[in-house]
Amino acid sequence: MTFLKNRLVWPVAMLALLLLCALIFSDGFFDIRIQDGHLFGTPINILRASAPLVLVAVGMTLVISTGGIDLSVGSVMAVSGAMACLIIGDLANQNSVGGVTLAVVAAIALSLVLGLWNGFLVAVLGIQPIIATLILMVAGRGLAQLITSGQIINVQSSPYKVIGTGFVLGLPVSVLIAVAVLVIAALLTRRTALGLLLESVGGSPVASRLAGIQARRLTIMVYVVSAACAGIAGLIYSSNVSSADGNNAGNLIELDAILAVVIGGTALTGGRFSLAGTALGAILIATLDTTAQAVGIPPETTLVFKAVVVVVLCLAQSPAFRARLFRRPAARPAARAEVPA
Amino acid sequence: MIDVSTTPATNKSGPAAGRRRTYRPNAQYIPVLATLTLLIVMYTLGAVNYENFTHPSVILNLFTDNAFLMVVAVGMTFVILTGGIDLSVGAVIALTSTVAATLLQAGWPAGVVIPTVLLVGGVLGLGMGAVIHFFKVEPFIATLAGMFLARGVALLIDQNSIPITNGFWTGLAEARIVFEPGVYISAMALVALAVVAVAAVVLAWSRFGRNVYAIGGNADSALLMGLPVGRTRIGVYTLSGFCAALGGLIYSITTTSGYAGHGTGTELDAIAAVVIGGVLLTGGSGYVLGTVLGVLVLGMINTIVNFQSLNSWWARMAIGVLLFAFIVLQRLVTRRAK
Amino acid sequence: MGEPPAVLEMTGIRKIFPGVVALDGVDFRLLPGEIHALMGENGAGKSTLIKVLTGVYGIDGGEIRLSGRDVRFTGPLQAQQAGVSTVYQEVNLCANLSVAENIFIGRQPRRFGRIRWAEMRRRSADLLARLDLDVDVTAPLNTYSLAVQQMVAIARAIDIDAKVLILDEPTSSLDASEVAQLFAIMRRLRDAGVAILFVSHFLDQIYEVADRITVLRNGALIGEYRTSELPQVELVGKMIGKELATLEQLESRPRDSTEQLERGEPLLRAEGLGREGAIAPFTLAIHAGEVVGLAGLLGSGRTELARLLFGADKADSGHIEMGGKPVAMRSPRAAMAHGIAFSSENRRTEGLIGELSVRENIILALQAARGWTRPIARRRQDDLVAKYIKALQIRPDNPEIPVRNLSGGNQQKVLLARWLITEPKLLIIDEPTRGIDVGAKAEIQRLVAELSTGGMAVLFVSAELEEVLRLSHKIEVLRDRRLVEELENTGDVDADRVMHIIASGATS
Repeated sequence: MTFLKNRLVWPVAMLALLLLCALIFSDGFFDIRIQDGHLFGTPINILRASAPLVLVAVGMTLVISTGGIDLSVGSVMAVSGAMACLIIGDLANQNSVGGVTLAVVAAIALSLVLGLWNGFLVAVLGIQPIIATLILMVAGRGLAQLITSGQIINVQSSPYKVIGTGFVLGLPVSVLIAVAVLVIAALLTRRTALGLLLESVGGSPVASRLAGIQARRLTIMVYVVSAACAGIAGLIYSSNVSSADGNNAGNLIELDAILAVVIGGTALTGGRFSLAGTALGAILIATLDTTAQAVGIPPETTLVFKAVVVVVLCLAQSPAFRARLFRRPAARPAARAEVPA
Repeated sequence: MIDVSTTPATNKSGPAAGRRRTYRPNAQYIPVLATLTLLIVMYTLGAVNYENFTHPSVILNLFTDNAFLMVVAVGMTFVILTGGIDLSVGAVIALTSTVAATLLQAGWPAGVVIPTVLLVGGVLGLGMGAVIHFFKVEPFIATLAGMFLARGVALLIDQNSIPITNGFWTGLAEARIVFEPGVYISAMALVALAVVAVAAVVLAWSRFGRNVYAIGGNADSALLMGLPVGRTRIGVYTLSGFCAALGGLIYSITTTSGYAGHGTGTELDAIAAVVIGGVLLTGGSGYVLGTVLGVLVLGMINTIVNFQSLNSWWARMAIGVLLFAFIVLQRLVTRRAK
Repeated sequence: MGEPPAVLEMTGIRKIFPGVVALDGVDFRLLPGEIHALMGENGAGKSTLIKVLTGVYGIDGGEIRLSGRDVRFTGPLQAQQAGVSTVYQEVNLCANLSVAENIFIGRQPRRFGRIRWAEMRRRSADLLARLDLDVDVTAPLNTYSLAVQQMVAIARAIDIDAKVLILDEPTSSLDASEVAQLFAIMRRLRDAGVAILFVSHFLDQIYEVADRITVLRNGALIGEYRTSELPQVELVGKMIGKELATLEQLESRPRDSTEQLERGEPLLRAEGLGREGAIAPFTLAIHAGEVVGLAGLLGSGRTELARLLFGADKADSGHIEMGGKPVAMRSPRAAMAHGIAFSSENRRTEGLIGELSVRENIILALQAARGWTRPIARRRQDDLVAKYIKALQIRPDNPEIPVRNLSGGNQQKVLLARWLITEPKLLIIDEPTRGIDVGAKAEIQRLVAELSTGGMAVLFVSAELEEVLRLSHKIEVLRDRRLVEELENTGDVDADRVMHIIASGATS
């Protein structure tokens, strides 16, 4: 598919450029060594750092493909981590695998409920997605702190710690989870008709309805999936630090996730989406942070850089901008760019 | 052709008689009245349950503590009335407080720093407005980029909190009208109230203000009615940038510091205040007075949480619940108007 | 009889949209103190002409002269300032603002930059009183009916000291007494010397108020006529046009009209089905293997009727029976489950998903019916799509290109293919041949005939009368949102007879 290549060409080029900079300016950036049978090194760190973002961005991609947006993902991460740590903290034996499994299941179940809530507001009450998910974005962190009674719950659970910091077959578990979710999402959307129907709803809700697509059900589903992804990301985050931090878990991740989706070539207006592009976008953002550190640029610069990336990509996507850039205004641009009936 | 289900959002109560007059309290006032009622109920609850709650300082402190938020929320009100959103305001607070502190540290006089800082905010807003209008980039994304940019530049200038020792600044921080010991209103609260007054007048009595409402009501119609849609739209983002910069100045004065971490999450508080104040998030309906009430409700929540010595998460939950209630209320009001 | 000099003269107006010539050298003039009707079917270029005149669109050729001076407005504001005011079909006011504000926004009376609200309210009330309208000018516009809103729009337009007043389908939401009220105002303004451009698809209204008529078709000028010298039938003929000659050269009539259909139990029966404001209750039976044609002008309710049968809009009266049993058409999905397919007239906005590929668009409805968990195997998709690309001669024949890159005719075929693979019992096609070239038209007509021969029932909606006559076993004639006549398409039914019914409502 040539168009897919075209769409991914910019993020790939940007990623290559970053890695090239890292190669030139930082010694041993690409060194991967095996220590205790585990892989270590900056590239592995980048992947580990990007795992939660990839997860959240995958869910966000599906939401955006239907023309929606989910601002609540960061809060859902916090809630999920809090729920898991609460249950583990109450376990008689924090190292019990069964107890940790229960905690993980409960956390994800709670995330699903939160997703259902978002979906209900958007699809049933018909509230604009950005507003509907704003509610949970604000209240969710309160909920997380309510669960943890406002304290940071520290847990000492080796099974739980595996999620964020463990290794299987030499690879970090968190990366494996992100890859697994990415693969499942890809299979789910591309091996079934889900992807097609989502793109159809995002492309034209009216035409989709007339083609007999149950847009409401699909819309609820994508918010549930998005919350589930955020829930898993929250577990990784909280496992990584062995605690639940309602304030900082997933702070501002919704913006990075949206950015990753846009960089990956999915338009905010919905329609065609690319999970591979999203994953690439998420890795690009994580690389940006890591490379900046490795090269010795103060990490704050990445914010300015992100701003530049957003502006460039959005302008490149804006038909109005391209029209102005490439066609000197011979004719005044039409006030409304639609062909009248 | 004619798809009846998509006719514009107008009152289609059948082709009834031409002079049908349905008289009921103006639906546009309902959310503001609801907010006012809520505020009174909260105050009464506080007064009944806690000692010292009725002390005048409780109310005056609401204004003092939330002066910067009030100014920012006023700018946000304009943006939201046109149906847009501005995510950059918190970052602009960070940027302006950092710039102000840095310049003051470098020995610039306050009389130069203040206009410079306000100009920075206004220009940033102007830029975002231009991108939104001319290139049809969604406000959400354009102001997100503005947010990254503003906070990024602030961090580039200085990552640490910069203390402000300038005499004018510290003087302003202490300036207040004292009614009796412990009962005072700060100069910054008066600045905020002045901004509110000016904004209310502009919205109600200027063509610019009315155009803001028209665009929020129906931008296509506004264009066909010959209103300057582009100028107005760019204007509101410029105004919001300006208000955020002023908010940043107030913040730097009350904290006598500039810091790139200032104002984190202020955009959410401002949006929440505007929504709770009864401004329709889709634009076209709402009042600055409502926003002020919204800010006061947020402040009152925090006050009660303090009095009850609850943790701050209760405040967040309460804000979330209120947001939900007001959004649903708005849905009901607009649906009934149809 | 001497004519005063024209207040507005448009000559050789050209307007091109990507891929479409919307106006092709159109001339139009308005005399002071006349009501001038602009007539034409969908896509004829009426709206474009109005938008060009009011500066919403720029022009690609021609000139506009107002009171003898060359003008080219860059926006509605300039047009208004020059004395050209417009009232649009969909009320283009801000419903959230008060009545008074809607009349004066952008030009409020001010003192020291401050809006004088009291003055504004007083002047609004005066103005509306002159239009015999007694409303509370401080109430938000959305508390009033659409009719009042329309009057307010007119009040705004005439207060701008208009030399030219454009009324673009202002009557589509008004009832008879409101229309009478509007006409009284129009006559009063005309007598005061205002030139009024009036667009309406209600013929009776045109003949009631218009002094002169200009007809457009397919973006070209057909002619300018005095209303008194143009019989209704001729007007309808000029609007609908006769591309028949070219079509008949392509092939003979796909159906022998004298051939009669063996009708058994109806496949579908609509009993008193209706929806307020869309179509008056009607009764209609469709049999297997039958082509039922819907004839009527734009706005006569033909699309509305089709949408009710498909469940795209909800009926507020009557019911539908299929195979003798009542069924509920709650949604398009329900209709599909009963074997009904609906190819919409707006293929770009209500039919195809532009950025999806031809293949994806073709399988969409079938896939939607199966649900997302039961995907159609890729090989089966490819086979089905290849089959229909071949059968319908869709060009280019690459199934993987985005459908928006196809020409109108080929897009239409893709939309038809989408529904044909669902193997419907009843296929509703709304204006499948609009805006496509003659060859593609003939192919689609032949396809419809073949499908019905194969036993499928087809409800065929078209603005082109000849096409309806060529294909249908039975013709349903609609007029003013009402089903007025059902004709068996036997040899003695011809275009003139149907046109008479459309024009007069009389069943001759």
